Amino acid sequence: MVNPQLPVEAEVVERIQESPTIFTLRLRFTDPVKHAAFHFAPGQFNMLYLYGVGEIPISIVSDPDDERMFDHAIRVVGRVTRGMTQLKAGDRLGVRGPYGRGWPLKLAEGRDIMVITGGLGCAPVVSVINYVIRRRDNFRRLVIMQGVKHSDDLIWRSQYSQWSKLRDTQVLVAADVGVALWPWHVGRVTELFDKVEIDPSRAMIMMCGPQGMMQVAVDHLRERGVHEDNIYLSMERSMNCAVGLCGHCQYGGKFVCRDGPVFSYSEAKPLFGIRGF
Amino acid sequence: MEAGFLPRTRFQTLLDALHRAGYRCIGPQVRDGAIVYDTLARAEEFPRGMRDRQSPGAYRLEPTGSPRFFSWANGPQALKPFVFAPREPLWHSERTADAAIHYSEINPAEEPLAIIGVRACDLAALRLQDRHFLEGPFPDTGYAARRKNLFLVAVHCTHPADTCFCASTGDGPRATQGFDLALYESDEGYLVQAGSDQGRALAATWALVSVTTAQQQDADREVEGGARRQTRRLPARNLRDDLFANLAHPRWEEVAERCLSCGNCTAVCPTCFCHSAADETALDGHHSLHVRQWDSCFTQGHSYIHGMTIRADTRTRYRQWLTHKLGSWHDQYGRSGCVGCGRCIAWCPVGIDITEEAAVICGGGAHG
Repeated sequence: MVNPQLPVEAEVVERIQESPTIFTLRLRFTDPVKHAAFHFAPGQFNMLYLYGVGEIPISIVSDPDDERMFDHAIRVVGRVTRGMTQLKAGDRLGVRGPYGRGWPLKLAEGRDIMVITGGLGCAPVVSVINYVIRRRDNFRRLVIMQGVKHSDDLIWRSQYSQWSKLRDTQVLVAADVGVALWPWHVGRVTELFDKVEIDPSRAMIMMCGPQGMMQVAVDHLRERGVHEDNIYLSMERSMNCAVGLCGHCQYGGKFVCRDGPVFSYSEAKPLFGIRGF
Repeated sequence: MEAGFLPRTRFQTLLDALHRAGYRCIGPQVRDGAIVYDTLARAEEFPRGMRDRQSPGAYRLEPTGSPRFFSWANGPQALKPFVFAPREPLWHSERTADAAIHYSEINPAEEPLAIIGVRACDLAALRLQDRHFLEGPFPDTGYAARRKNLFLVAVHCTHPADTCFCASTGDGPRATQGFDLALYESDEGYLVQAGSDQGRALAATWALVSVTTAQQQDADREVEGGARRQTRRLPARNLRDDLFANLAHPRWEEVAERCLSCGNCTAVCPTCFCHSAADETALDGHHSLHVRQWDSCFTQGHSYIHGMTIRADTRTRYRQWLTHKLGSWHDQYGRSGCVGCGRCIAWCPVGIDITEEAAVICGGGAHG
């Protein structure tokens, strides 16, 4: 029996500084056989291990069909992520994964797709946006809603402008605090719901971000007639082992690392927004 | 089921047979004022004529003059430390001069262990830990290696403590599953039952005399009496819906005022499985060990997530523990995570009683 918690060596292909606190690591496994065998679905995550420091769960943002490498967008928040800012091309780290259940993208084909995120650059849903845009004919309308605290926090800013020019695509961005030349809304992203054009009966919603924001979004969507089974959200909980053993990420009877991190709202609903779960 | 009688004077036969079969024997013994399980070789090392007095926040041993080895309920350990190690390295990483990093597994030494004096509640807990560590999509390698080398000798419980409530959870006091051998203890000796082929083969070499009907009736009566003497009970076998209907019950706040959030209950609980892994780096800068150890949902770090703590206060931590143990275990493993051993009651420094808390929270209808 091979220990499922044993990392595999990977190499940093490139490190991209996206904002003062966010960077992207582009990785590939040093063993080509292991690299070729690695497949993931958007919304899944890897455990990244920085030698001698520790392991953290990080969502995979790149396209699942990219065979050259896989990308992780990382925000500096703690000991391990701070250490990872020092990595440069050629450096090694440990990777194990992919883990968890990703977004229901097959189920979403032929539907209106609405992607909602709040907080700082929400990587799990950026993978959805890129996935849909690269397979545009498989989906109907695409609505992208992104809220940030400060306009400087919006990473991949040029992409949002490009996306807004695509056919059948609506981009709604808001910053609580906007500076000069900020082209989008100043205020909360949830204030933009009235502008959203979707067909509630054909829509599939995917969101991540602060629970308060997600709750407002869910309430609005249900009012518009979107069924809660068609609303999916990515949950964040403490994840230490990623294989459903260590117990940290429990959310009621769910292990977020194994049963999620993507849940339908009907699955998440019983404890959603209750402090302490 | 076939059985035979082993006089107490021949108890060493059992230990010798296990030793000859290659097992290290682990058995109950008195240490630091409590019954603990550790290596032993001689029948004289068992806690002969000892009784445990347990109540909320209290555990005391007292001599009784009885010739029996197992006339007590339990001590702070269960089988948990022998299969789910309190602390163990998971893997090792080495950084070589070319900046490559090599990862290697660390497998536990596989040593056959025979544990003697296992209680029904602890066998039920082992069954639950097996489900958690072995029967999911990612079986735990360390647990699996230790588990497959266990030989278990159960002793049906005849002396439940005041803190015991296994009869109400359906897990005791009679051992019904998961053992290789089970013993009924009387003043004269042991009625031996086999629960596995290995147990049967081992006992077959002891030339046991047959058990008389009277001996079996006396033994059954003692175990049934043990069940009847239990005064504590949980309100129902499944409290899931009652607990989750009462998440705003004022009792959570009240119990949090008493609870020290020390995690003793989770350490002595035979089913609690939470653990954390962290790196221990050698001073040479080239080697690092990834080590895991038991964790508790009562710690600050347990629910920490980039800059915030999901359960920052004792109210939400105690609520997490109880709603998981008696509630969401049903979703995860099809039954409650409590086997009625009562350890969390006795070893809680302030004597919080899970049966009392569950009764108050689930008993008075829904609050919010």
